[in-house]
Amino acid sequence: MTAAVEGSPPLRVAGLRRSPLLQSEAVQGFALISPTFVYALILLVLPILVVIAHSFWTQHYLTIDHTFTLENYRIALTEPIYRDLLWRSLYISLTVSLLTVALAYPIAYFISFHGGRHKSLWLFLITIPFWTSYLLRVMSWKVILGYNGVLNSGLMGLGIIDEPSTALLYNSTAVIITLTHAWATFAILPIFVSLEKVDRTLVEAATDLGDGPLRSFLRVTLPLSAPGVISAALIVMIPTVGDYVTPKLVGGKDGVMIANAIQAQFGKASNWPLGAALSVTTMIIVSLMAGATVLVFRALQRLAR
Amino acid sequence: MTAIRRFLPGWLSSYAVLYLLFLYLPVIFLPIFSINTAATPKFPLSGVTLHWYEDLPRTPALIDATWNSLIVGVSASILSTVLGILAARSITRYRYPGRRAINGLIMAPLVLPEVIVAISMLLVMLQLGLSLSLFTVVLGHVLVCIPYSMTVLTSGFEGFDRSLEEASADLGESAFGTFRRVTLPMVAPAIISSLLVCFTISLDEFIIAFFLTGTEATLPIYIWGQLRFAAKLPGVLALGTLLLLASFVLMTIAEILRRRAARRTHNEGGLYA
Repeated sequence: MTAAVEGSPPLRVAGLRRSPLLQSEAVQGFALISPTFVYALILLVLPILVVIAHSFWTQHYLTIDHTFTLENYRIALTEPIYRDLLWRSLYISLTVSLLTVALAYPIAYFISFHGGRHKSLWLFLITIPFWTSYLLRVMSWKVILGYNGVLNSGLMGLGIIDEPSTALLYNSTAVIITLTHAWATFAILPIFVSLEKVDRTLVEAATDLGDGPLRSFLRVTLPLSAPGVISAALIVMIPTVGDYVTPKLVGGKDGVMIANAIQAQFGKASNWPLGAALSVTTMIIVSLMAGATVLVFRALQRLAR
Repeated sequence: MTAIRRFLPGWLSSYAVLYLLFLYLPVIFLPIFSINTAATPKFPLSGVTLHWYEDLPRTPALIDATWNSLIVGVSASILSTVLGILAARSITRYRYPGRRAINGLIMAPLVLPEVIVAISMLLVMLQLGLSLSLFTVVLGHVLVCIPYSMTVLTSGFEGFDRSLEEASADLGESAFGTFRRVTLPMVAPAIISSLLVCFTISLDEFIIAFFLTGTEATLPIYIWGQLRFAAKLPGVLALGTLLLLASFVLMTIAEILRRRAARRTHNEGGLYA
């Protein structure tokens, strides 16, 4: 899962010619992966290039004017409605990723250090809800947070509130809660993997040298598991910025996110170039935010040592 | 100090239990309210009934959606597993320049916002003059299933004892013969596990199907359409419960098979390890 986040190694074509054995191995390996590679090129790289191209064009009713323009980006960045949606999407995805990582770390730590023989059972239990339909999980939060929902009827039954609260559903908080639940598994697994790689003798050494449990955790375990924390944060942050279902079902008017606006441009509003520019802008800004997050985490990691 | 050390695991395990509750509780409300007589999901239940389930087979639109989902799921899982096998085999068996970059590209759909992946594919398909149908949904599902297929398959292929293949080649078996008679039997559980994982993902996938389908609905699209009507909620919950059950059973089988595959190839890593 972390492979996608890692950079690519430089191509070393010279090595190809050096040995016939290596050459045949390289050719065979490449030939074997090429169908999958070509599939990803045609259905992922080409489409993204087409979207980028569209973002520089203009929609005229049913036809598209192919003259280069930056007008769509001006609209995407300066129109208050899109600017607000973009900010809200970034705020929600940043909050969700930090919250998910913070909630996931203790459980990943527990499984890795205290899971014992039941490690794989714990992992399986945690992955199960993730394999159920995303749509259904969002729907169950609607059932919980709704006006006549579980939480409201429960709180009323306990006599804590007199009438159903409307503050639970149809706002950004509802979106944040739902997304935090939906992405939990995605955060636990990378953190767990990096905790598994922490050399236990280092923790023992810290304890032998007089560090208490908290100090040895903060100075040994936590910094060593930073790569998992970083990839967990990114794995949650980047997809959630473009979430469509959750804001649509539980977000209401105050929880609308940028994906809903993008969908509208490809649907009702029928302005593909603007929709494309909004998509590209979202991807660039979320990449910048992801990069900033990595830098902040790395700085914290250095501080801890 | 020892008090802290003794207290910490206890504190952590209660947190772990609470966390599991947080993970499972929302999902558990679906089956609970699907047997409620009232249409509004609130406690206490007004009565227990199975009639929301009995209504399901009598809904023609639902039957069509089920067939569509099965067709898409089976096609997408076979195609993505075939492409996954090729890629996973290449990644685990060969070393060549650009290998990590290609792997990164193939795994990328996992970390990209689905809406953006979906609309980009939509644009290209419309430009190529493909009319939107279940076929375009399959194409989209294959792209998002491949990363999962790769994860399952590389865990099955890694740590695979290469000397067995070499022995087979030394004994005069052709490359294809070695693959069929040595490699394939060892990785078969991983392949079946990948088929099940991809089928489950396709069965539950909404966004890509929503953008890339023409007039034919898959099950999640059918559910999405029903969500507008409050009175139909219990029926949706009943259908959702059945889908949950299907996903749960398929994933349990997939996990058991994947572990068997990992054991066969002496690889102890977990699904994502």
